[in-house]
Amino acid sequence: MPAVTETREAVEKLGQSSYKWGFETEIDMDLAPKGLNEDTIRLISARKEEPEWLLEWRLSAYRAWLTMAEPKWAKVSYPPIDYQDLHYYAAPKKKPGPKSLEEVDPELLRTYEKLGIPLHEQALLAGVELPEGEVARTPVAVDAVFDSVSVVTTFRKTLEEAGVIFCPISEAVKDHPELVRKYLGTVVPAGDNFYAALNSAVFTDGSFVYVPKGVRCPMELSTYFRINARNTGQFERTLIVVEDGAYVSYLEGCTAPMRDENQLHAAVVELVAMEDASIKYSTVQNWYPGDENGRGGIYNFVTKRGACRGARSKISWTQVETGSAITWKYPSCILQGEGSVGEFYSVAVTNNHQQADTGTKMIHIGRNTRSTIIAKTISAGQSDSTYRGLVRVLPKASGARNFTQCDSLLIGDQCGAHTVPYIENRNMAARIEHEATTSKISEDQLFYCRQRGLSEEDAVGLIVNGFCRDVLKELPMEFAVEAQKLLQISLEGSVG
Amino acid sequence: MTQFLEISGLCARIDADGQEKEILRGVDLTIPPGEVHAIMGPNGCGKSTLSYVLAGREEYEVTAGSVQFHGQDLLAMEPEERAAAGLFLAFQSPIELPGVNNANFLRTAVNAVRRARGQEELDAVAFLKAAREAAKSLSMAPDMLKRNVNVGFSGGEKKRNEVLQMTLLQPSFAILDETDSGLDVDALRIVAEGVNRMRSPEFSALVITHHKRLLDYLKPDRIHVMAKGRIIHSGGPELAEQIDTEGYTRFLAEAA
Amino acid sequence: MNAITKNPKATLQSFEARFDTITDQTRKAALGALHRVGLPDRRVEEWKYTGLRFLTETPFAAPAQTYDAAQVQAELDRLGVTHGPAEALPRLVFVNGLYSAEFSRKPASAEVSFFAQTKSFGVQACPDRDPLTALNTTLAQDGVTLSVPENGDAGHVLLISIGQADAPVSFHPRHAVALAEGAKLSLTCIQAGQGRYLHNPVLEVSVAARAELQHVTVQAESDDAASLATLYAQVDEHGSYNSFVLGLGAALARHEVHATLAASHAQVHVNGAQRLRARQHGDLTSVITHAAPDCISRQTVRNVLDGQSRGVFQGKVLVERIAQKTDGYQMNQALLLSEQAEIDAKPELEIYADDVKCSHGATVGALDEDQMFYLRSRGVPYAEARQILIHAFLEEALALIPDETARALCSHIMAQRFPVSGEEA
Repeated sequence: MPAVTETREAVEKLGQSSYKWGFETEIDMDLAPKGLNEDTIRLISARKEEPEWLLEWRLSAYRAWLTMAEPKWAKVSYPPIDYQDLHYYAAPKKKPGPKSLEEVDPELLRTYEKLGIPLHEQALLAGVELPEGEVARTPVAVDAVFDSVSVVTTFRKTLEEAGVIFCPISEAVKDHPELVRKYLGTVVPAGDNFYAALNSAVFTDGSFVYVPKGVRCPMELSTYFRINARNTGQFERTLIVVEDGAYVSYLEGCTAPMRDENQLHAAVVELVAMEDASIKYSTVQNWYPGDENGRGGIYNFVTKRGACRGARSKISWTQVETGSAITWKYPSCILQGEGSVGEFYSVAVTNNHQQADTGTKMIHIGRNTRSTIIAKTISAGQSDSTYRGLVRVLPKASGARNFTQCDSLLIGDQCGAHTVPYIENRNMAARIEHEATTSKISEDQLFYCRQRGLSEEDAVGLIVNGFCRDVLKELPMEFAVEAQKLLQISLEGSVG
Repeated sequence: MTQFLEISGLCARIDADGQEKEILRGVDLTIPPGEVHAIMGPNGCGKSTLSYVLAGREEYEVTAGSVQFHGQDLLAMEPEERAAAGLFLAFQSPIELPGVNNANFLRTAVNAVRRARGQEELDAVAFLKAAREAAKSLSMAPDMLKRNVNVGFSGGEKKRNEVLQMTLLQPSFAILDETDSGLDVDALRIVAEGVNRMRSPEFSALVITHHKRLLDYLKPDRIHVMAKGRIIHSGGPELAEQIDTEGYTRFLAEAA
Repeated sequence: MNAITKNPKATLQSFEARFDTITDQTRKAALGALHRVGLPDRRVEEWKYTGLRFLTETPFAAPAQTYDAAQVQAELDRLGVTHGPAEALPRLVFVNGLYSAEFSRKPASAEVSFFAQTKSFGVQACPDRDPLTALNTTLAQDGVTLSVPENGDAGHVLLISIGQADAPVSFHPRHAVALAEGAKLSLTCIQAGQGRYLHNPVLEVSVAARAELQHVTVQAESDDAASLATLYAQVDEHGSYNSFVLGLGAALARHEVHATLAASHAQVHVNGAQRLRARQHGDLTSVITHAAPDCISRQTVRNVLDGQSRGVFQGKVLVERIAQKTDGYQMNQALLLSEQAEIDAKPELEIYADDVKCSHGATVGALDEDQMFYLRSRGVPYAEARQILIHAFLEEALALIPDETARALCSHIMAQRFPVSGEEA
């Protein structure tokens, strides 16, 4: 199979050079001392000028965490993490939470420009009146989170006029305490699992979104996460609440510098959709994956969960996971409202020594709830990738439907691709269908493309993109292009 | 003078379940520019293998012989280099590419070939215009360009799609491997017209078929009979008629 | 096995009294493993859906050497092995795990020996990894070893286990089947009984090059019993192991298969069906390991669950790095007939070779309403229409059994528990 051999070699050639986001930014940091104890948590809470109830909530999460063990059921392996050898608070040494771009350290802005996130241009666009008839390209409101702190949020004015709240969660705690208190931890309880408990104890920032009744959020909301500082963990917390009949589309992107050490990222995302509400949550995860020998890279241990509380509500997760040394992540839907809908669309690409154990949980509680799972797994190099997904139908969920399709593609004979679905049904009037396939790129397809004049790398790129199409088409336009490029870079490298 | 396509003493084998199987046993065939030749022969005689070997499929090992194409050593080239050099294979069973948009695939292929030939790439507008025209001339439904490559296509649609690709890639030499199989009378005529439109002093074709019907439309210059991995008889267009009525028995007996 | 249980020894109390006399090294090692980790609970991934509380509720005594022959005879009659096409077949009958010469008729063309004499533990079983195998190793008393010589055809042999328990007993037979190169055997294992007991067999199967084993298991144990069976199979080049398990009985059942395709062009079929009712818990678990290239594995499992029963299917297909050109297919389907029934399925692919074709599918649902309506519109009453469709669903699975007599025995035993027409027994 020389055709595949060459592809494999091309893939193997990929080293750290292909990670284009691996630079470091020189910025004065305000670091909490290493280690985790109640004093650290008090310090974080104090820096954030938090109310007493939140400090108490954090402390109870911390106490719960102390009694918990790291989950071991995922198909990933890594040396023990010393949780006392990390900084739990790192913030750029300026006043946190600037109100406008002028207050932001220009070095930071340059960082985001390098990442291709045009905060400046877009913020300006927002403030400047456009001539009659001229349409700006689809605006995207951005919240940029640098290490643990939100540095800038754009478009806030336009959003405010529509009644939409989009701000760092640390600010929401001060400005909208009733909302935060009402919903925080109601989808992912503080003691939900080891990493969620850790996050609840030490989270420093993240985004907060509130879309009031009947409002269709006028633009895509987006958060870019960047880990910069050394020996820090990043623990952001995102909370999105969408009221009756409202809609929001939220995008999330992430990068980190190349470092020899492993860095911990343990985020929590909570979504709440009320009656007829709809949330579309898209992620392009491109944390540093480590080098070709498996040195360095982010440990991405994330808990994401959405609650479809109202009837006919809908939560749709789309993720393109190309980065991180280890990914442990199961964006889930609790389908409580009658006729509510959960969707999970995922592309996970692993190369070199990356390990990914990702999937979803669809918990059908209400009648006539529906869920769809489309997961595409691509493994190359010496990586291991697992789809792990749960579909649970409870006794009251009559008329529940699930369809799951998992496909894996292996590139090279040193990698692994695994599919572990859990199907638990306690309702006779529910219907569940699951299909999975594992294969390699067929010689026939490669030859067909090459006979038509495509190079082998282009043919692989075309076929892989075709393989992922059902997922990529769920992404908003801006992200779909970026995601396609990422797939090519993650796998092909030598193209062009 | 070098011929346009010159196959001499070509032998090839395939590894089937751990056993070497000799399929081509010394094929000699010359096709001058501007001519259409046909190969006929019983099942398993090596016709499709010949087309795969010419297009560069890696499962087949060439053990002897040579192929000159435009004065170049064809066998030394990668499949995509052969495509760029002007060789086109219309597959007997066109391959499905799930998730890959037909128009996008065609444009990628056309531009890859144009790039390799030193021609300017086509922009999206120019390409779509050309593709729509070509599709129309083959009586293809307009939505076929939007669908995934060959996925869910009927047998006839797949064959038309092959001819569409040929029309856009503008090869100087096309191999049509049983392009007529599975086509009804109307579709056969449309496909044959598509091939005939390509005919010019710079275009040659090798048509592999079992049936005279396609040859009635294409009017080949020469017909070759292939059996047991070799060309055992060659003649003019009248040969098709003879095979249609008598079968291959006489040629096989003569060769034996 | 990792210790998860806080007090491993406590999980073994029901058997503790019988551990004192153990001196054999193999048994001691197995007991050591058991004592280290105990019987698994739900926190062990492989036991996520099946609990073993049954084993800790009452002490299980060792079985007596004597038995009630009239009851054994009645049981054999009921199973349909003493009349009809199965009557003439050689059979090996074990009562409470001990060989009964009186009811047995040894096969002519296979060698037969007994564990009670040979004390041979075999080579494939993993007491270190599998706790139920460890329990078996610790307490095994008897069992049969069937060997078919090179190119021999041993025909169809029945291996029957009858449980008889006035007070709770447990028996842990250790069986083995070895087919030499080119040998053939059709083996049908039938398990039945009365009273509260634990049947905990281990069966090692080895199929040499070009040999063919057809293996059907009908588990129709007492409704008060637990049936916890572990089967190891190893298949050599061009060998074929074609198995089917039909789960009908027991309060708690687990049929666990570890099949390894050890050399190229080997084939395994690990098919099965379960039909459960009341509070029955039935678990079909399998791990099919492709350890060589060019092998084929097939698995079709169907569940029909009524009452408050719970069906479990865990099927892992593991394709090792070396196993290129693997062709694996797995399908698991479940039909829920009652609002309290539950199915838990975990079909799993673990793949390390790139040139493979593996797929699995799972569907869960109720009876097809369109089909029900169609039958009723043709005048078939509701209850009967339901039975027809259930029967058809399971018959499709039974059709995978190549041996006609074995298939007929399955249908017969199933029809006894679930009469095809009219109300369920």
